[in-house]
Amino acid sequence: MTVNTAARQATAVARRPRSLTETRIRPLDIFLRCISVLAGAVTLFLVAGLIVYILAKGLPGVTWKFLTTEESALNRTYGILPNIINTAYIIVITLLVAAPLGVGGAIYLNEYAKRGRLTKVIEFTTEALAGIPSIIYGLFGMMVFNNTFGFGYSIISGCLTLAIMVLPTIIRTTQEALRTVPTGYREGAAGLGASKWHTIRTILIPCCKGGIITSLILSIGRIVGESAALIFTAGIAANLPSNWLTHAGTSGATFAVQLYQYADQGRNDVSFAIAAVLILVVLAINLLARLCGGRKKA
Amino acid sequence: MNDKMIATNLDFYYGQTHALKDVTLPIKERRVTAFIGPSGCGKSTFLRTLNRMNDLIEGTRVEGTILLDGEDIYGPRVDVTTLRKRVGMVFQRPNPFPMSIYDNIAYGPRLHGIRKKSELDAIVEQSLQGAALFDEIKDRLKKSALSLSGGQQQRLCIARALAVEPEVLLMDEPTAALDPISTQKVEELILELKQHYTVAIVTHNMQQAARVSDFTAFFLVGEMVEFGETQQVFHDPADKRTADYIGGRFG
Repeated sequence: MTVNTAARQATAVARRPRSLTETRIRPLDIFLRCISVLAGAVTLFLVAGLIVYILAKGLPGVTWKFLTTEESALNRTYGILPNIINTAYIIVITLLVAAPLGVGGAIYLNEYAKRGRLTKVIEFTTEALAGIPSIIYGLFGMMVFNNTFGFGYSIISGCLTLAIMVLPTIIRTTQEALRTVPTGYREGAAGLGASKWHTIRTILIPCCKGGIITSLILSIGRIVGESAALIFTAGIAANLPSNWLTHAGTSGATFAVQLYQYADQGRNDVSFAIAAVLILVVLAINLLARLCGGRKKA
Repeated sequence: MNDKMIATNLDFYYGQTHALKDVTLPIKERRVTAFIGPSGCGKSTFLRTLNRMNDLIEGTRVEGTILLDGEDIYGPRVDVTTLRKRVGMVFQRPNPFPMSIYDNIAYGPRLHGIRKKSELDAIVEQSLQGAALFDEIKDRLKKSALSLSGGQQQRLCIARALAVEPEVLLMDEPTAALDPISTQKVEELILELKQHYTVAIVTHNMQQAARVSDFTAFFLVGEMVEFGETQQVFHDPADKRTADYIGGRFG
């Protein structure tokens, strides 16, 4: 009996729990932590440095006159008003083409198509489309829209090319949004006698509004920053529209294409000014996308 | 009393799975019929064949007939919209739409062509009264339906189903996601509803089946083992398997 108690006491001492304040040093933990902090710091520094550098070099050139006039060879002044107008045309027309196609495609894939080989092929193709370098879109657009359709170097050719390019973003994001809509909503509507289309119109699309808007804003970001796909299709002209209605049929360079032009001519000061404008626009668009995304979650 | 609906020799398949085997079962008019049985026995599947909700699932197949007032609901010229207007459904998880309470109730009537605001107002009030919810939420009809508690959401879903004035109301474990007090409210509501509606309810809760139903059908692995008045099924089951299940010996 006594032996037994002694043995018990012994194990109890051996099992005495470690005090919470006894610190343990784990070298690997500290090392990995340093590495990740360093990686984070470098990334932050690179992004911040890039933005600050471009703004510092570019912003002095961004004057009211720069934003509201066109380039004048006579006065030797620079202005990007034509590029602002062209960019606006291209954004609006591209989205007018791509948004219905993309949202419609996503709705077809998620709501109508039977899960099977066809949907898998379409989804795979969409993903592949997202991975194609934009210069190839440019080449394709030039052959098809400029030459075969005979649109020539024109804003409309550029828009059609970009519409194909942003389609995957819109389809994927809309599909993601549709997948988050609970099955219960679809069943509930069906249980009341709603047809599929009625359910889509009154329940699914309102639920996915946030996701669709986010996808459109992300698309705008890509359109604004695109140059390779546009040089071959929309061309490089920078004229103020002589006719607002037919302007889309003429050649027109966006910010990014114009930036490329000036850099090519060695006018780095003008390039940086455009870069500053471009980077502010892209930052604003990302902020907007984040705001829309955040509102969706709340 | 009449048979409001009657299923005859009904077989149902999910792909290769034979989920319902030769089920013949009447649903009596203005009575509550409960379907009981262990999980996977086919009771929910059977309920969903009654308004063709299984149509939404790919790869399913139905054989046999289900008559609603003598008309085959799987007939070639049946309008599923009209069928579901006449045979409404309440689901296991409350599924109010992400819109206002008012718009939730008005969803069905609007779908079926009612546009006048005064008419909609009246329907919304009547339906909420019918689901014993009106007094609790009458001041916040314009608020989001998602702001209601789980029990209120389920009664809202019942009100939403009532708003299209169905003749039959199918309820798929309507209290499975609710607390006891909400459950009691929904059960009281079911007893009220049978004065005007024909109700079919799937439940895992035997006491609930005993409390609310007039008739009970016991399902086991896709077969309908026994159907009869609830009193008889619970106290004097004809089949040994029913007796074992109700006595708690399996399931």
